[in-house]
Amino acid sequence: MSRKNTRILIVDDEEIVRESLGGWLEKDGYTLGSAPDGMSALKAVEEGDWSILVVDLKMPGIDGLEVLKRVKEKHPEIALVIMTAFATVDTAVRAMKLGAYDYIVKPFDPEELSLMIQKIVGQQALVRENLILRKALKREHRFHDIVSKSPLMRDVLELSKTAARSPSTILILGESGTGKEILARAIHMESPRADKPFVAVSCAALTETLLESELFGYEKGAFTGAAGRREGKFEAASGGTLFLDEIGDISPKLQLDLLRVLEERRVTRVGGTESVPVDVRIIAATNRDLAKAVEEGKFRQDLYYRLNVIAIRLPRLTERREDIPLLVDHFLEHLGVEMSRDVEGISAEAMALLMAHDWPGNVRELRNVLERGLVVTKTPVIQATDLGLVPGASGSSDKPASLSEVEKRHIAAVLHHSGGNVSQAARILDIDRVTLYNKIRKYHLRDVEEHEAVAETEKN
Amino acid sequence: MKGAIAVWWIGAGRAETPLLDGVRGALETEYRLPVRLHVATDRPVDAWDPRRGQHASARILSWLSGRAPVGSRRILGVTDADLFIPILTFVFGEAELHGRAAVVSTARLAAHEGMPPDPELLAVRLAKECVHEVGHTFGLIHCRAPGCAMARSASLRDVDAKTGRLCAECRERCEDALSEEARHHEPQEHAHPDRR
Repeated sequence: MSRKNTRILIVDDEEIVRESLGGWLEKDGYTLGSAPDGMSALKAVEEGDWSILVVDLKMPGIDGLEVLKRVKEKHPEIALVIMTAFATVDTAVRAMKLGAYDYIVKPFDPEELSLMIQKIVGQQALVRENLILRKALKREHRFHDIVSKSPLMRDVLELSKTAARSPSTILILGESGTGKEILARAIHMESPRADKPFVAVSCAALTETLLESELFGYEKGAFTGAAGRREGKFEAASGGTLFLDEIGDISPKLQLDLLRVLEERRVTRVGGTESVPVDVRIIAATNRDLAKAVEEGKFRQDLYYRLNVIAIRLPRLTERREDIPLLVDHFLEHLGVEMSRDVEGISAEAMALLMAHDWPGNVRELRNVLERGLVVTKTPVIQATDLGLVPGASGSSDKPASLSEVEKRHIAAVLHHSGGNVSQAARILDIDRVTLYNKIRKYHLRDVEEHEAVAETEKN
Repeated sequence: MKGAIAVWWIGAGRAETPLLDGVRGALETEYRLPVRLHVATDRPVDAWDPRRGQHASARILSWLSGRAPVGSRRILGVTDADLFIPILTFVFGEAELHGRAAVVSTARLAAHEGMPPDPELLAVRLAKECVHEVGHTFGLIHCRAPGCAMARSASLRDVDAKTGRLCAECRERCEDALSEEARHHEPQEHAHPDRR
């Protein structure tokens, strides 16, 4: 986790304390905010994503211990440090009992403060690392793991959440690498079947007969080598979700078999005579145009209607370019943990290159490009040359980008470079803040705007 | 590129020329800018805090900021006063991030673990801290690269552990900041007495 992503909120009624402590920590590269009293601190905690709170004990209204108590109740992951002008043992004990990370007496010794913050950041990094590795291991994906601020994706996620709670069959459409399986896993985790298995089958990877026995299972002696009975994926997913990827690639025979299972909710194992009931929620996905395949007679219309109960189309990465900076941060953090490589981020030039690329392989391609960057970079910041992308040679160039598209991408890249700081971004772009705000609104780069508005309130 | 870095002795004691020459040399090497020693008799007397028995570095920065000599882009005050910011027991120095003023104190840099003060060691430490604080005025933040002058110095051990040189990444960022300043027509070429 880069220091920029560690957000520290300083809560003190004395402006000079907020300023001097904020200024000192800001030079370590942390993102700082401040609140002048307990009430605004609690509001800031609800609105922002803070890692550490440094809270003064004595404040008018809600005091430091009360802030500590209320924050810890709702956000046990936030580390709280209580500061006070006087050291009294009983207050220190109370603070620690309420879950404070530490207790520090003003004025602090610089080394003590520095070490304490480093220790907290180190511990929080370990907790995050653990969470990332656990998720990678269990391949658990939830909606909040899907990184996006694009309006298109917001619609997709809203529909998916609603659909998740229903028992209906879902058809996910989208190009390769748009994250169809990740969405399917998130839908499963949001559904009432979350504690039951999620079983994924790639229909394109197997031959017709193998896929048949894979899906429906087989009885002993069904074919040469079938030494015993084996249950299929339908049965394995019992009570849970069966994800059928590349559904557009299955043969006419399997289309018919699948249609029967969907209609009857029973499967017959290969070589068997009896059918067994199955209780599975089907999520199918394809990168093909199924409606067209139906028109061309390559895909059964009745099966298409069975699958197409709730259709969700995942946008291409180029349709949600504003998400690229967010995805970059997300992947660098996750890849950094998985590969034990710690980088601070990517250069503005590299980001501009990523924003301009055509991404035929979508989010998966972006992840791979960043993985390459992480492996080859020799500096703490990934450079454009580390990415292995040739500027200008960005895949399909049938339609060059419009001026406003280029402007939007560039503004998003600069805002990312400035860590969401609009004033700094405006300085780099050589335009005034009001103009930049207008452009942020125009291009729906809204999260940045909100982030800045919070930061502005915190400063005042 | 126009505009020098002005180095000004603002301490109570006598200015020690070899010490300031060392600072000048280090800044010239690191920032590749002209460095001029500025001599004037005024001192930031308002920075003294009788309750703490120390000098408030923020007040020195505001005082310095309005007194940069004409033709200078940065002003670095060097003092023998013990400095503090309200939340900390002391600081070796302070600077305006992306600003124009910086201050470094010799008060705690001479200590040598029970040994008599070592003027050479003081000179080396002072030069490192001056490169560090001036780096902040160019927008550099603390760096984790081993040995980089922009590493956080919370103790003398930290000061001694680093070199007085910027790492490649900080150097590049600093050069970007300098080109940015050049593009914006040297806005800090003249002193602005009304600032702050």
